[in-house]
This record gives sequence, structure tokens and C-alpha cells, in this order.
Amino acid sequence: MDYQTGFFYFFAAVLLFAALRVVTARNPVHAVLYLMLAFSQAAAIWLILKAEFLGLTLVLVYLGAVMVLFLFVVMMLDIRIDGARAGFWQNVPLALGLGGLVAAELVAMLWTGFSNITPVAAAAVSGAAAKSNTHALGILLYTEYLYPIQAAAVILLVAMVAAIALTLRHRKDSKAINPSLQVHVRAKDRLVVVSMPATVTATSGSAVANPEGANK
Amino acid sequence: MSLTLGHFLGLGAILFALSVTGIFLNRKNLIVLLMAIELMLLAVNMNFVAFSHYLGDMHGQVFVFFILTVAAAESAIGLAILVLLFRNRSSINVDEMNQLKG
Repeated sequence: MDYQTGFFYFFAAVLLFAALRVVTARNPVHAVLYLMLAFSQAAAIWLILKAEFLGLTLVLVYLGAVMVLFLFVVMMLDIRIDGARAGFWQNVPLALGLGGLVAAELVAMLWTGFSNITPVAAAAVSGAAAKSNTHALGILLYTEYLYPIQAAAVILLVAMVAAIALTLRHRKDSKAINPSLQVHVRAKDRLVVVSMPATVTATSGSAVANPEGANK
Repeated sequence: MSLTLGHFLGLGAILFALSVTGIFLNRKNLIVLLMAIELMLLAVNMNFVAFSHYLGDMHGQVFVFFILTVAAAESAIGLAILVLLFRNRSSINVDEMNQLKG
């Protein structure tokens, strides 16, 4: 058993433990923190598989951005844990049965079906390229997958706009102006010309003189 | 005994089954459901990366890249909807979301 296998079993054990704690943790904040642990172990396993770029992307994007987003949301919401945990133990038999069934089927299919493939055959392919993982992935992404990566960028933009638009809250005492209304204003909306007949006669000269007399 | 493709596929399978278990266990808590979906995507990505390494084909890793992109968008929109839901209903209990009569 070489050291790679030992590291694989260590990372896999921590990953499965963390995943188990994610789904059974009582406090959602603990669940998010265990999910971060699980993703970091998965990144380490991807490094064993020589997918350096994706492993580091997983750390940067998932641990750095998405999990922090989860943590923000979990801490912002005031979740009543007891209500959310109601019926937790009723579902245990069904959940364990289905989970065991899925695990048994997948392991029986995948582990036994593909266990004879060793990376010896693959070493020739990756060795012939003699490029780093990031270099090879970048060449593939920006030549063959150019249009899909543009579509992915658009998806990210749509997600950003949608997330902002969904959570945007207008304040009631906001003094912001509507530019559309401002542009469409006409002079007659703002200025009212009131026609007044000029009927005042100049007979009240004493009214001006009276305050002068009071001063004296 | 060296690592074979079966080891990584088995790990992915167990991880996927754990997340399925989590979805059934936490049927009331929407935020843990979102986390279980993230774990499922991680298990699938693990399979992609393992196949990509053992078959010497980089296209699997490109696919993982796109899955990560879509998963990030999905979790961002999902959390935004969750915040909106909590603001309106002050609860994230799945059982109380029956307005669409589904």
C-alpha cells in the first residue's frame, strides 16, 4: 500500500464523516462548517487525481464564496431548530433504507465494474501531453468549448442579476428620483400661470406712511 | 495495493447515498436540503474527475468546470429565494409552503 492510497483513505474517511455530520447536525451553522470540511477533503482527493486546477477552484470558489454565502444566509435567518427538526427520527428507517439501497447499487455497479482500470493506461496520454493540468484545461476551454464558456458566463450574470433583483428591498422613505419621470416632465406640469386681473388702484399711500408714524 | 478507478467511484457512490439519506432525513429544513444537493453535485463531480484521470481524457474536467459554474448560480438563486421566503413567511419549513397546492 503506497502513500497515495493511505492519503486517499484518510481524506475519504474525513470526507464521509463530514458529509454524515452535514446531514445530521442539529445546528445549521455546524452543518455549513462541516460542509466546508467536506469540500476541502474533496479538493485534496482531486489533487490526488492530478486535477490541480479544479481542486484549487473548488477551494477558492466553493469554500471562499459559496460556503460563505451559505454561512451568511444561515446566520441571517433566525431558524427555530426544533421546528425544523420535527419528524427527523421518523424518517430514519426510510432514509437509511433508501440510502443503503443507492449505495449498494452504485458500489456494486461502479466498484466492481471499473476496478480493473489502472492509471497505467492513462499515464501515456497525460505524459505525452507534457503540459500542466491548468494549461491543458485552458487550451480546451478556450478553443473547443469557447461558446459553452460564454454561455456559462451569461448564466453567472443572470444568476447575479436574479439574486439582486429577488432580494432588493425598496425603502419607504427613499428620496431617490425616477429618471424616467424626470426626463418626461413638461413645462406645463411644473409651471402654472394664473391669470390675475390688475385691478389694484394706487390709493393706499397712507398705509405705507402709518408704520413710519408708529416708529416715531 | 494501489488505487484503482473503483476506489474513487465507490467514494462518490457512498457520498451520493449519504446525501440522499440527508434529503430524506431533513425534509423540513430547506437550507439543509440545499446543502445535501451541493453534496450530491460534489459526488457526481468526483466521478467525472476520476474518469477523466483514469481514462486520460480532459473533457471530463471541462464538464466539472461547467457543473461548478451552474451549481454556483443555482445556490446563489436558491439562497436568494430562501431569504425572500423567510422574509415573507418568517419560516423555512417545507410543510408550510403549500400555497401552490402542489
